[in-house]
Amino acid sequence: MKFLNSARNWAACAAAVGSLTAMATAAHAQQTVEQIKQRGFVICGASQGNVGFSAPDQSGAWKGLDVDTCRAIAVAIFGDKEKARFVPLSGSQRLTALQTGEIDVLPRTTTWTLRRDANGLNFSFPNYYEYDAFLLPKKLGVTETKQMKGASVCLQTGSTTEVTVADLSREFKLDLKPILFDNVPATRQAFFGGRCDALISDASALATARATQTKNPDDYVIVPASGHYEALAPSVRHGDDRFYDIVKWSFQVLIAAEDLGVTQANVDDQLKSNDPRVQRFLGVEPGNGQALGLDEKWAYNIIKQLGNYGEIFDKHIGQNSPIKLDRGPNKLHKDGGLMFPLVFN
Amino acid sequence: MSPLSVLFGSLGSAVLTIALGAVLILVLPRIIQWGVIDSVWSANDGAACREATGACWAFLRAKFRQITFGIYPPDQQWRPFLAMILLFACILWSLPPRNWGRSLLVLWATAIAAFLILMQGGMFGLALVPSAYWGGLPVTLILAVSALGIGFPLGIVLALGRRSAMAVPRILSTGLIEIIRGLPLVSLLFMSSIMLPIMLPDGMAIDKLARAGVALTIFSAAYLAEIVRGGLQAVPAGQEEASRALGLSWGQAMRLVVLPQALQKVIPPLTNTIIVMVKNTALVLVVGLFDLLSSGKAALTDPAWPSPFTETYLFIAAIYFVMCFGISRYSAFLERRASIGTAR
Repeated sequence: MKFLNSARNWAACAAAVGSLTAMATAAHAQQTVEQIKQRGFVICGASQGNVGFSAPDQSGAWKGLDVDTCRAIAVAIFGDKEKARFVPLSGSQRLTALQTGEIDVLPRTTTWTLRRDANGLNFSFPNYYEYDAFLLPKKLGVTETKQMKGASVCLQTGSTTEVTVADLSREFKLDLKPILFDNVPATRQAFFGGRCDALISDASALATARATQTKNPDDYVIVPASGHYEALAPSVRHGDDRFYDIVKWSFQVLIAAEDLGVTQANVDDQLKSNDPRVQRFLGVEPGNGQALGLDEKWAYNIIKQLGNYGEIFDKHIGQNSPIKLDRGPNKLHKDGGLMFPLVFN
Repeated sequence: MSPLSVLFGSLGSAVLTIALGAVLILVLPRIIQWGVIDSVWSANDGAACREATGACWAFLRAKFRQITFGIYPPDQQWRPFLAMILLFACILWSLPPRNWGRSLLVLWATAIAAFLILMQGGMFGLALVPSAYWGGLPVTLILAVSALGIGFPLGIVLALGRRSAMAVPRILSTGLIEIIRGLPLVSLLFMSSIMLPIMLPDGMAIDKLARAGVALTIFSAAYLAEIVRGGLQAVPAGQEEASRALGLSWGQAMRLVVLPQALQKVIPPLTNTIIVMVKNTALVLVVGLFDLLSSGKAALTDPAWPSPFTETYLFIAAIYFVMCFGISRYSAFLERRASIGTAR
């Protein structure tokens, strides 16, 4: 979320103070995995209801991309995706909660920035790339930003999208007409009421708005705006490299599985695969699990219980969900996206 | 006065009546059209609501439990239900003045303990549900009850402290009241939820809900203290002097003579602050607690439904209104009771 509001300042302030105590906690942090095992579950930070990423459903169960990122860690350590607990946190609380040990890991739409990284956090691989986009009625026939000459755009005052719109307008000589509102609901209402041609915001926020606030979501398209991306990545505290490794690689399992063609449905058949890469990946040829201090079946268990990255994305924010957001930059590298599989060796 | 002369008795009231009548005639049909005629009362998912032009009450039916109990594990939701009934029963029992006494304190202590055991579990064969999983109306209720139940006695102590002739309690009370009053509640909540954990020694953690509860309690205590002090100022000094002359100790004089008179005089502002504090509990939303309002907002994010904001907020507003109006009527009853001796 990119609003230059007070919550951000609070977060920055809290992170700065937090870094002072980070050193003090380092001595204890060495045993995060032991603490988790003793306790019996991983504790992850979650949002207060950001659908597709982390939100409690009707029956109170947490669902979403960030939630499954956390569950993968639970499967790696315990072999059971239910051994994860979620603590709802506001945007300003989340970094402090991680630094004070209230949670073990923070997979909660947090942008990987230099200052956060320097102030006591270690970021794992991004599990989602966010970008600015326009929401437009399909009947306008717009497929890229350059075709938006003279369009009026609804946006919030004080958000970074204001700069994006001005820059785009100048760069491509589009003569975009910004129409400003002071809060999110008003901006959306104005757009869906036909006050402007386009609405600009984060792609995932637009997809959610399209799913929840339109009569027929198919009447609208999402067009990437600027080509600037933000990496949203799970993070852990400084000072425990072993747990950091487990967090990094339990997410990598999801990417590598998609790259290798291993899915939740075919993972059992893949155990018999002749491909040495698949054999090493699934622990048929052991070694990877031991290197991380985990069960040799850890990667198999993650895919068996959660599916690979593509399946998880589609289930929560992609084509199999009501949100129907395009994979876009979140495709695998070989498909033209930014998700890069590492070598399981 | 007859109804007709009330409505059209003077030129002013006639104009007002006609103007308000016109507004009603314009607005009421639309509300009925939206809320009743065009509305969807039952549906399994949001499809029917997307088509309809009226209210989506079906959403509230589907999400009733999620809004009322938040993220509490569904198979355990009889526990917050029972806990809520318990609190309501205690509140109702405490209302009639004839039930006031020492035994009421014992009852409340037992009720709060039972509430916490029911909600938290981890003993008597109940599954452990950490407070991060509590949500909805029970959270709102326990925050309000603790903010007022502990805040009120604390406020009385602060008020007496501020009027004390001894320097130390006077300076301490005045300082605390002025500092807390000078801070917005939101910043107090931020302090308790973000700064406090950082300042605590490593490995020591205070529950998130408890931290917010403490912030609300201190805040309400500071405001209640000033109201009580206003009441104390209004009691003539002769009352305390006479009590002391009769041989009562300072504590007895306060408890039996001064405070009863002081509190009677400030029922309206007390009610005001109590109602404000009940509504202020909704601010814990900023520190990531799932109170009634946050649970409603979380329910609204379900993409299967067309986010019926108006309906959900109306429902939540109705719950708050029932609570606050109830408090207001009760205080009116107490005022009447207090004025029996002096009314004409």
